[in-house]
Amino acid sequence: MLEHMKKLLAYYEEVISLPHKREIALELRNEDDLFFLMLYSEMLGIPNPVYYYTLELYPYMIEQFHDWHLRMGMDKSPLSGIRCC
Amino acid sequence: MNAIAVASIGLFLFFLGYRFYSKYVAERVFKLDPNYVTPAHKLEDGVDFVPTNKFVLWGHHFTSVAGAAPILGPAIAVYWGWLPAFIWVVFGTIFAAGVHDFGTLALSVRNKGQSVGTLANRLIGQRGKILFLFIILILVLMVNAVFAWVIANLFITFPASVLPVFIQIPLAVWIGYAVHKRSKNMLVPSLVALAVMYLTAILAAQIPILQIDVVSYFGGEEGAGLFGLGAVSTAFFVWIVILMVYVYIASTLPVWKLLQPRDFINSHQLIVGLAILYLGLLFTNPEITAPLTNATTDVSWFPLLFITIACGAISGFHGLVSSGTSSKQINKETDARFVGYAGAVGEGVLALISILAVVTLFPTAGAFRETYSSFAAASGGGLGNFILGASQLATGLLIPANIASTIVAVIVVSFAATSLDTSVRLMRYIISELGQEYNVPALTKAHVATSIAVVSSAALVLLPKGPNGFGSGGFLLWPLFGTANQLLAGISLLLISIWLKRLSRNYWITLVPMIFIIFMTLYAMIQQVFLQWSFWGDNTNWLLFIFGSIILVFALWIMVTAVSVLRDKTPKVLDTE
Repeated sequence: MLEHMKKLLAYYEEVISLPHKREIALELRNEDDLFFLMLYSEMLGIPNPVYYYTLELYPYMIEQFHDWHLRMGMDKSPLSGIRCC
Repeated sequence: MNAIAVASIGLFLFFLGYRFYSKYVAERVFKLDPNYVTPAHKLEDGVDFVPTNKFVLWGHHFTSVAGAAPILGPAIAVYWGWLPAFIWVVFGTIFAAGVHDFGTLALSVRNKGQSVGTLANRLIGQRGKILFLFIILILVLMVNAVFAWVIANLFITFPASVLPVFIQIPLAVWIGYAVHKRSKNMLVPSLVALAVMYLTAILAAQIPILQIDVVSYFGGEEGAGLFGLGAVSTAFFVWIVILMVYVYIASTLPVWKLLQPRDFINSHQLIVGLAILYLGLLFTNPEITAPLTNATTDVSWFPLLFITIACGAISGFHGLVSSGTSSKQINKETDARFVGYAGAVGEGVLALISILAVVTLFPTAGAFRETYSSFAAASGGGLGNFILGASQLATGLLIPANIASTIVAVIVVSFAATSLDTSVRLMRYIISELGQEYNVPALTKAHVATSIAVVSSAALVLLPKGPNGFGSGGFLLWPLFGTANQLLAGISLLLISIWLKRLSRNYWITLVPMIFIIFMTLYAMIQQVFLQWSFWGDNTNWLLFIFGSIILVFALWIMVTAVSVLRDKTPKVLDTE
């Protein structure tokens, strides 16, 4: 009985938190996109004095970058500097 | 007639609809495939596209579509007697809303999770998109104006509900902080907030000093208010100004600070409200005193009944939710039946209890006819009657009537306030999008767009004198709300019909409700626009005539497109996988 109650409460909480999780994830994703833009602005023609250092992050971000261009409706990477697929 | 018997018949029919009709639609018409890779998996991004358990998704879908509208429509429509309202809610849910919500979900799942708006653009082109935006803009403007009036009216009629509603704001901000910054779970804080709200409601119902009765501050109903307005009109003015300031702040703050936590609290209120009403019905075992059918002379039930009850039978806004968010989260294609069809049934259940709460309120049929003396009286007092009827049902749970009416008023105001928040935010997005379309960068700024939304809504409420007195200007445009909303539902049903026809499936299941709903909408519009509001009509009204004509032209245009697309043998506009 107690087990069923716990399951019911967990289900109930998941229902009310579902749209909230989406909002938070959306906000984080927007922040990430802005961060990407700042890191790789040089590739878009915006001078970036720390470009050589941000390039070191490239291997760690390649997957996220791939997700980003797919989300933007581009099947292949739009930047010649980044070849992820 | 016994109300429990009527509720049982309604619930049993809903059960049959889900068990048999939706099964037929899912297996024979939509041919849902458990192995189909849904957009939630194909395009999974952790934000919009997330595979979600079907029970969780149903709960989310149901709480998104259920609000004040399925209560308001039926509470007005019982004006023509309870039987027509009952029949339309039950059969409208089973044969129209069910396939509409389920169909838009299935169609969107098969089209990369795109919304009906995007799919309609592909069907009727760029000009269609702009007109679509204008129609939704008019819809949200009306929602802002009317819901502001509804809340102000409830605050004046039920002054004990003011404090609990306002205490929800700091509580929501606290929850937002606790959940977002300190990563606490949200169930316990939101239940504590709900308990504090209801405790405040109980105290306010018992202690007169806690009731914020603005009318009495200006000397009671007969008192003189400010600027030459009476006390009641001044109270309306004060509440509407406060509400507009509130929605401005609420719709520009980050969502996690106020809107999301308010939604957690309100989602509990939906469950509490439904439990109070259905358990109350079971324990009070009331008789229906309102007449089965009510012969009226001012406004005919045909076709207005089908426009008055939108949410609760069929509503175009549900298609936006189905195809906007739910379709991106469907885990298996076969889950669409439960999420879409049972979601519509959930709202039908809410509409059914709204009818029963109102029709069991009056001691005799004569008392009902006295209160529902005209359509205007029904429109103005429908929600108040629902609250009184609901509190009468709650007395079956041994809750005193004054406390019950305060709690029900708090629930209804919370729903209406959530709709107001959302629709101001939506209006801001639409203004920004129009700014982008027409290259006016200033309109894309959040504060400029929000100011336009808030000021135009406040002007519509306060400037013209509406049919329900000062502050009800939104009701001038309200007759267009139902028709515009049903038009949206018609377009969605049309899209599903085209899709099914292209797949050589039985498209009559959506085409018949589409023809029905579009016929009723066009009938009501032509009757109102040409016979009432035009300069040769009985009740000339230029504002309604112009807006009504625009929507009518749009409806006719859609019809012409529909016929040509349906007759077109080469599939080129709407491609599906």
